[in-house]
Amino acid sequence: DNKLKTVDSKYMVSETQTTMQKATTFNNFYEFGGDKSDPSHNAHTLQTRPWTIQLTGMVKKQQTVGIDDLMAYRPLESRVYRHRCVEAWSMVIPWDGYSLSELINFAEPLPSAKYVQFISNLNRKQMPEILGGFDWPYSEGLRMDEAMNPLTLLCFGCYGEALPNQNGAPVRVITPWKYGFKGAKSIVQIKFTDKQPRTLWNDSAPNEYGFYANVNPQVDHPRWSQARERRIDTGVFPHMVPTQMFNGYSDQVASMYNGMDLRKNY
Amino acid sequence: MPTRAIPYVKVLVHLICLFPLMGMIYAYRSGALANDADPVNTLTHWTGDWALWWLFVSLAVTPIRRLSPKLSNLIRFRRMLGLYAFVYATLHLSTYVFLFSGFDVQAALDGVRAGHLGVIGTQLKAVWPTMLDDVLKRKFIQVGLFAWVVLLALAVTSPTFMLRAMGGKNWQRLHRFVYAAAIAGCIHYWWMVKVGVRTPWKDSAVLAVLLGARVVWTVWNERRKAKMVAVKAA
Repeated sequence: DNKLKTVDSKYMVSETQTTMQKATTFNNFYEFGGDKSDPSHNAHTLQTRPWTIQLTGMVKKQQTVGIDDLMAYRPLESRVYRHRCVEAWSMVIPWDGYSLSELINFAEPLPSAKYVQFISNLNRKQMPEILGGFDWPYSEGLRMDEAMNPLTLLCFGCYGEALPNQNGAPVRVITPWKYGFKGAKSIVQIKFTDKQPRTLWNDSAPNEYGFYANVNPQVDHPRWSQARERRIDTGVFPHMVPTQMFNGYSDQVASMYNGMDLRKNY
Repeated sequence: MPTRAIPYVKVLVHLICLFPLMGMIYAYRSGALANDADPVNTLTHWTGDWALWWLFVSLAVTPIRRLSPKLSNLIRFRRMLGLYAFVYATLHLSTYVFLFSGFDVQAALDGVRAGHLGVIGTQLKAVWPTMLDDVLKRKFIQVGLFAWVVLLALAVTSPTFMLRAMGGKNWQRLHRFVYAAAIAGCIHYWWMVKVGVRTPWKDSAVLAVLLGARVVWTVWNERRKAKMVAVKAA
């Protein structure tokens, strides 16, 4: 039984939720293949127990925590977030977890730590369909204030169940005001640094994928407009909705970017 | 192939070429398409793939004919294969215009059902600036549109009376642009996928073989001619 015990959250988007069937069969998880349907077919080979997460870099004490201890550390909130992919489609998904800030406080980073890097699992034996041409393992990062923002979710489940492998089991990060690729999946290491960490997509195509990757309808991707998005729902015909600044989370996050040129820091 | 079999084989080829389209309609009617997480994307890839594939099949006719004199009447199928490539390319373009641009299909359908045909124009007017912006800004769209325009020109000039009106030389000159369309189609595919994704390699390899076969044949033919001239001179 995959059911999780969750508590209510104040972070609830009231828009119609994407069905679990669609949210779990339409994934970008290139470790398990390049097609959207590949991860749901291939990710069953991923072993999620035993699983540990290393807390490394600029912390008071390097430590390794087990996934089950981490899941029990704080009550799991059921939060409904908008999820916006850089490819101009979007979903509304109930995620289960608690604020990443809880874990960061537990890790006790040094005052000199300015960034948090998330490194994903890389196990080629369990990933026979992994795409070549990328600098694996997957790496993503956030500025410390972004990582500490209460919206940033350390996520263990969705739809009230433990994360399916294809959605990033057993633990991932969700930053709902950023494009989906910022949310590293199947995390094995969280590293605190004083320099902006390398991120996989930024390494691959820096003109297309910035470090910040904040949802911004005014800044186009070279291949498509970001002004609108296709909401993944039950219809055959596209349900287009206008994209909101910071994916509709301006009230909670805009102040972190005061004075920054968001065209340059895309 | 015996000449009297050709009309029957033509019917068969039509059915085969329509098969992917019927598959799409079936997926729509059975609800399979609505169960697909991103039907728009699926339709776009489906039509784009088949446009390229029928174009490749039509480009395969000439090299295959050259293998044996018995295969020479395969030429009778080349035009229809090329036209099907155009049909699927047009469906592909339509998915962009009506499904990707922000065009509200549901509103248009409801309007048409209520007898207000003008709603289509209103919708097109609303999405026109977005499409123009895309065409001006995005090179993968430019190269794709170029391929479609070439196929349009070839389709329009495909009837025999057009060949006669244009004269064989001019007609052939124009129709050699099919190579440009096929290459542009492959480039369109490469520029559309994300950095690191290599799925277009299969289509590109097929095209390379089809174009390479022509080069090999030309070189071989030139040599043979040169030899014959040499024999005559001796």
